[in-house]
Amino acid sequence: MEVEKLIHMANQIGDFFEAVPDEEEAKVEIAGHLKKFWNSIMIKSIVAHVQQQQGAGLHPQVIAAIQQHIQA
Amino acid sequence: MDDIKYTPSQPQVLKYDADKDYGTPKSDSSVMVTLNIDGVDVTVPEGTSIMHAAQLSGVTVPKLCATDSLEPFGSCRLCLVEIEGRRGYPASCTTPVAPGIKVKTQTPKLADVRRGVMELYISDHPLDCLTCAANGDCELQDMAGAVGLREVRYGYEGENHLGQAKDESNPYFTFDPSKCIVCSRCVRACEETQGTFALTIQGRGFESKVAAGNHNFLDSECVSCGACVQACPTATLMEKTVIDAGTPEHKVTTTCAYCGVGCSFDAEMKGEEVVRMTPSKAGGANHGHSCVKGRFAWGYATHADRITTPMIRKSIHDPWQKVDWDEAINYAASEIKRIQAQYGKEAVGGITSSRCTNEEVYVTQKLIRAVFGVNNVDTCARVCHSPTGYGLKQTLGESAGTQTFDSVMKSDVIFVMGANPTDGHPVFGSIMKRRLREGAKLIVADPRAIDLVENSPHVRADYHLNLRPGTNVALISAMSHVIVTEGLVKEEFVKARCEWESFVAWRDFVAKPENSPEALAKDLGLDPQKVREAARLFATGGNAAIYYGLGVTEHSQGSTAVMGIANLAMATGNIGREGVGVNPMRGQNNVQGSCDMGSMPHEYPGYRHVSDEATRALFETAWGVKLSADPGLRITNMLDLAAEGSFKAVYCVGEDIAQSDPDTQHVIHALENMECVIVQDLFLNETAKFAHVFFPGASFLEKNGTFTNAERRISPVRKVMTPKNGMEDWEITAKFSEALGYPMHYAHASDIMDEIAALTPTFHGVSFKKLDEMGSIQWPCNAEAPQGTPTMHVGEFVRGKGKFFITQYVPTTERVNTKFPLILTTGRILSQYNVGAQTRRTHNVVWHAEDRIEIHPHDAEDRGIQDGDWVDITSRAGQTVLRAKVTERVQPGVVYTTFHHPGSGANVITTDNSDWATNCPEYKVTAVQLTKVNQLSDWQKEYRTFSDTQVELSGMDPHTVVF
Repeated sequence: MEVEKLIHMANQIGDFFEAVPDEEEAKVEIAGHLKKFWNSIMIKSIVAHVQQQQGAGLHPQVIAAIQQHIQA
Repeated sequence: MDDIKYTPSQPQVLKYDADKDYGTPKSDSSVMVTLNIDGVDVTVPEGTSIMHAAQLSGVTVPKLCATDSLEPFGSCRLCLVEIEGRRGYPASCTTPVAPGIKVKTQTPKLADVRRGVMELYISDHPLDCLTCAANGDCELQDMAGAVGLREVRYGYEGENHLGQAKDESNPYFTFDPSKCIVCSRCVRACEETQGTFALTIQGRGFESKVAAGNHNFLDSECVSCGACVQACPTATLMEKTVIDAGTPEHKVTTTCAYCGVGCSFDAEMKGEEVVRMTPSKAGGANHGHSCVKGRFAWGYATHADRITTPMIRKSIHDPWQKVDWDEAINYAASEIKRIQAQYGKEAVGGITSSRCTNEEVYVTQKLIRAVFGVNNVDTCARVCHSPTGYGLKQTLGESAGTQTFDSVMKSDVIFVMGANPTDGHPVFGSIMKRRLREGAKLIVADPRAIDLVENSPHVRADYHLNLRPGTNVALISAMSHVIVTEGLVKEEFVKARCEWESFVAWRDFVAKPENSPEALAKDLGLDPQKVREAARLFATGGNAAIYYGLGVTEHSQGSTAVMGIANLAMATGNIGREGVGVNPMRGQNNVQGSCDMGSMPHEYPGYRHVSDEATRALFETAWGVKLSADPGLRITNMLDLAAEGSFKAVYCVGEDIAQSDPDTQHVIHALENMECVIVQDLFLNETAKFAHVFFPGASFLEKNGTFTNAERRISPVRKVMTPKNGMEDWEITAKFSEALGYPMHYAHASDIMDEIAALTPTFHGVSFKKLDEMGSIQWPCNAEAPQGTPTMHVGEFVRGKGKFFITQYVPTTERVNTKFPLILTTGRILSQYNVGAQTRRTHNVVWHAEDRIEIHPHDAEDRGIQDGDWVDITSRAGQTVLRAKVTERVQPGVVYTTFHHPGSGANVITTDNSDWATNCPEYKVTAVQLTKVNQLSDWQKEYRTFSDTQVELSGMDPHTVVF
């Protein structure tokens, strides 16, 4: 799926959880949301984007959440 | 009733009969009073009228101006009684019961007076009973018989009201003043039941007459709800269908197929023909009231545009080929198999609709999960209330509204946010208006002045927070800030019922200075003082209830706003009892049900995640197949992948994504890219114009099933006529499944409900048998709540402790600039429904023949736009042209339109921006520019040509088919 759209969507999710005071908890929540609601096709695309393009365009916390809590 | 007569000393348990008219409303008092009526002791609640008590005990008192949906009026003088020891002949409708009184309803004197009254009425009434449309269904006729009227001594020659012209302006009913007895039932129904106050008694004495506005019904304020027609005791106000067809001979109680109120109706029939739909008094949601859609706009079911034969074609540029059911189903099945073999399992999916019954939705998602083998099923709630499902599950633990509709009658403060009940949910709107006329306070948060703000008689918003579109979360933060910093939190409730840590984090967040009304004033465009006052009222005004709609959910922060609303309710202790709560106003009749039934790609029925091992095992055992643990694609994801070329087939049941989903050009591109689009619908809807297989569907009058309304009320839909297409919709899906090698063994829709009940804990106690007994059931209904659950979260939240979430305001990326300086927001109107496929095929078009763009006089003047001008609306996504309506209802900088007509192209301009959690589209905020033009947009012209060609390819005539 067009990665630009996924980046926008993932950043929106990141924006919501950015308000969570505990950074570690925020990352778990971001990754949890992606795993709960995103189809594996979408998960694979965003993980590939993080691995191959250093997650360009994604907020740092979202990149960290994907790197630390999601296996493609 | 005989028991009462013969055992007068025994206290009687008096049962209500839904079909009986008790003359005056029921009293809710718990204090009981015993009196004696015609020699029989009767015990009733204090405040009951003598008439009502008599009817309860089985004694019928003659009456004309009284009916139990209205307050007593005491004008007809037919219901007079004698009370031992009291002077005169009091009217039994206006006289309350008193302990120990002895009432006589029949004496020679009373008979004499009543005959005299009837004699006067009949002396000024046309004696055309045999040819009158109310013959056999006329209370005047009944009363003439009951009092034994045998002659009219005055003759019929004197001055009278006979021969007056009929008002036939309303498309659905006539007003014949010559038959009017001026009982005022219609006037009172318009006031008390509907709350519109369109009717009045004009003139005095002999000159008195019922009048609708200055001219006629159609030009008046009348909203054609039918309450007056329902209340009329004669043929004065009469349905045109009854005038044409005669009186019905049987009736079947069913549920309306329009909005989320889910009104109960009696389909009054002659054989298999509907003569009229009347709101049923026993209806748990509507209590005998209705709106113009449910009451009158059902003619679409037999409209000439209905397609009743299955059709197939290879390409969307080919003519449709009419085939039999087997061929159509086998073709569709072979295409699904081919596509999955060629492109992979995940290349297919399906979309259910809130217009489908629970049973249809259940079998459709079962087909997709169990037979297609994927979780790619979604529903139109994606584009309306998906944030409600997410937000309320997170905070309260269940994806549903917390109250009954009647709960509003115990509210002291009503907070309406991004909802327009009098247009979108009119029957509930009437209940709400009644409570507001009784004195409840009203806060409206809406960029536009909806009717409740100041356009409803005797109702006025105490605060209209006309915020900038897209700033709901900022408003909730600002109100929460006031509640927290001014010490208005109900800490006892929070301590007992909620996760304290989550509360502390939320409290500390909203208390930050950047969340104050003053700091957010610029974003909101609101006077901070007004926000403070509204917040104080909400927190301290008594029972406070929040009603919200798509103006909350259809934003990039829709889910955040829903969670913010739940936070507000919990912080102020307004949840878990009557009169309070969080109430999502569901757009369509079965939004709640279609979500309950597992339409969302990540959830099985009952909101259980597909990755949950125990739930998956349960369904794998019941369905006998292996199921996927991978959350499926949402509608938007399916369309994106289709546009890219990897998603190839969709089974679309009752949904019209080409008209209702945002960014039409993207949707159309996606549809054109697919190899097999299967549409199941009544009409060749917009999506069907891009389809390869058309399964003709059955209307709600032609099938059995259930709908679940906004208050979680499961109500039966009953078949009153043979499906014109030959099958109920669940049967089509089941046959499709069989053709794919997975037979579904159901003999009746009730078997499907039995399976749902067996597999879904909140539905364990639901069955068609129980629905027949109870009329309707509010889920959860199971061993713990065998009679259902009117109010949720009493004592404890479904998730245990309520959880507060931090709701940071994040402005939408859809921003105004010099190129697109106005914000377009969208809404709906009373007479039309959703994409209009149904209502555009009824006489309702007389009230709303086209969608218009509302613009403030300042913005109009700047652009040289006058009322009625053609206006081009251009956004980042596209452009369309609509006629302007210049009005101060919208604030400067904001424009507004409805989306009921496909030719309007409202969704050509909406963008693909969506809610962060659910991808619910941001329909409510689109940056646009408006310019005066003198013709339709290129898109509109091209689309009209395309549409006409498609109609021709289906064998119909584009000149006669409704566009």
